[in-house]
Amino acid sequence: MLQEKVVFQKPRALHDTTTHYCPGCIHGIVHRLVAEVIDELDVRDRTIGIAPVGCSVLAYNYIDVDFAEAAHGRATAMATGIKRVQPGHVVFTYQGDGDLAAIGTNELIHAATRGENFTTIFINNAIYGMTGGQMAPTTLPGQVTSSTPYGRDVQQAGYPVRVCEMVSTLTGAAYVVRRTATNPKEIRRLKKAITTAFKVQMAGLGYSLVEVISNCPTNWGMTPIESLKWIEASLIPYYPLGDYKVIEGVSRL
Amino acid sequence: MSTVLMKGNEAIGEAAIRAGCKAYFGYPITPQTEVLEYMSKRMPKLGRVFLQAESELGAINMVYGAACAGERVMTSTSSPGFSLMQETVSYIACSMVPAVLVNITRGGPGLGNIQPAQSDYFQMTKGGGHGDYRAITLAPATIQEVVDHVVLAFDLADKYRQLVMVMADGMIGQMMEPVTLPEMAEPQRPERPWALTGAKDRPKNVITSLFLGAAKLEQINLQLQALYREIEANEVRYAEYLLDDADIVIVAYGTAGRIVQTAVKRAREMGIKAGLFRPVTVYPFPYDRLRDIAEGARQVLVVEMSAGQMLEDVRLATRDAVPIRFFGKPGGVVPLPEDVLQEIKAVANQAAT
Repeated sequence: MLQEKVVFQKPRALHDTTTHYCPGCIHGIVHRLVAEVIDELDVRDRTIGIAPVGCSVLAYNYIDVDFAEAAHGRATAMATGIKRVQPGHVVFTYQGDGDLAAIGTNELIHAATRGENFTTIFINNAIYGMTGGQMAPTTLPGQVTSSTPYGRDVQQAGYPVRVCEMVSTLTGAAYVVRRTATNPKEIRRLKKAITTAFKVQMAGLGYSLVEVISNCPTNWGMTPIESLKWIEASLIPYYPLGDYKVIEGVSRL
Repeated sequence: MSTVLMKGNEAIGEAAIRAGCKAYFGYPITPQTEVLEYMSKRMPKLGRVFLQAESELGAINMVYGAACAGERVMTSTSSPGFSLMQETVSYIACSMVPAVLVNITRGGPGLGNIQPAQSDYFQMTKGGGHGDYRAITLAPATIQEVVDHVVLAFDLADKYRQLVMVMADGMIGQMMEPVTLPEMAEPQRPERPWALTGAKDRPKNVITSLFLGAAKLEQINLQLQALYREIEANEVRYAEYLLDDADIVIVAYGTAGRIVQTAVKRAREMGIKAGLFRPVTVYPFPYDRLRDIAEGARQVLVVEMSAGQMLEDVRLATRDAVPIRFFGKPGGVVPLPEDVLQEIKAVANQAAT
């Protein structure tokens, strides 16, 4: 008699729906990984997500946990409020490069320096996706965007900011890593990082940040495959993958 | 019930604690910093949450988070800090989560000064943030009132699932008076099935103020408007002093109301029939009661520590049926009862000629 065994399925914590993201956008992958981690850690009924302003503003329609929608840049402050009054819960913010590295940088730095026990998933694609492709703080020198039509001129618009490097200088930050999702190996490493970040939070070790070098085929004017190649060729050299801060105690998790 | 001599800011903190405030997030700004300092001492001893945020932006968003979790939460600030909070005040209003905000108002506009003023009236009563919303705003005139109002604010916040604000100027924040504090008690709170407590044995909750479809956002707005009509019908509060036979009705609130009360007493000693109408809720404003009172008056005098903000609500209430005179001191200047008395005498003489 034939027996069926499920070897792969949509995570329980991922809503069975189509997303609004562009074809080839890495948001879809990261959402799935977050949902898998929530399932595997069995924390769905005590997890609270905070969505940003950006392409992933509707993240709460895709991941099946309690969710709040924050003002632009303020997710880390909202997360602080939610976690401080419910310290036994798992709290994560999901933010893009405008939300985190422009308008929300102050809130990011202070959450990290306070060692707030929540996790930030930081999606860095060096551009403002939702509003139509303007310069981000992480846009590369010379990169053409809708507000740097002649290419980012460092004399006028300054230099990009490296968030992991910056946050890793803060004592309250416990786990600060940069990953990507350009191929299966990187996706597996990214998932492991998200799992570790959640465990860091659950062990009360401090602030955890997983930066994901991501893409924007639409606003970069590339095909999805071209965009993954561009990440490897141009973004990763500027934003090297790696572990920027891993405090003692993380390895024992 | 205990009666103690307390500084306004500290009484605000203690009142919040007695009302069951579980979390306080704030930022230093004169003249309310003592609220933050008082909470920093008391809250940890009670096992409650205290955090000094990195800015007023941080503080109000921490409040928003804790409010989404359904806990009793408060922040306090002063005028420039209140301006910083407006975006999130708008979000909180739309999201319908309860929270309390105390604004100890000072001289403006701009960095202004740290003296008491009443120039945040428009900002607080007309919605200082974007969008069609209002927030119940209580205007105490004494330290006893500010204690009562802080407790009331938490209850009203729960009742309507709204942000409720207390507007007290720097005078009230800084001065000391005897005050009777309520007993410490676990508050009776409504069920909060909407709160972000973790989706255990229930579908997930989403608290958002984003409604991309216009029809849906219209619906949300109509829901809020219906709530505001209910608030306007049920939560108007005011105080009256010697109005029964008053020719000259003086309208003033907060510290200005208190100064006017002294001036009215002295005017009465001189035979001038003055009276004080003191709004206690400035939103919802007591339009109907004021209209009735003004009908019997010969002259209305509005006294504010501003360039004239509540003045517009008084004109709206009276429909300009009675002549209105304004006496205002902007910039953090606090008028003396003598100054107000001069105005009352001028009004009385004007009528006589």
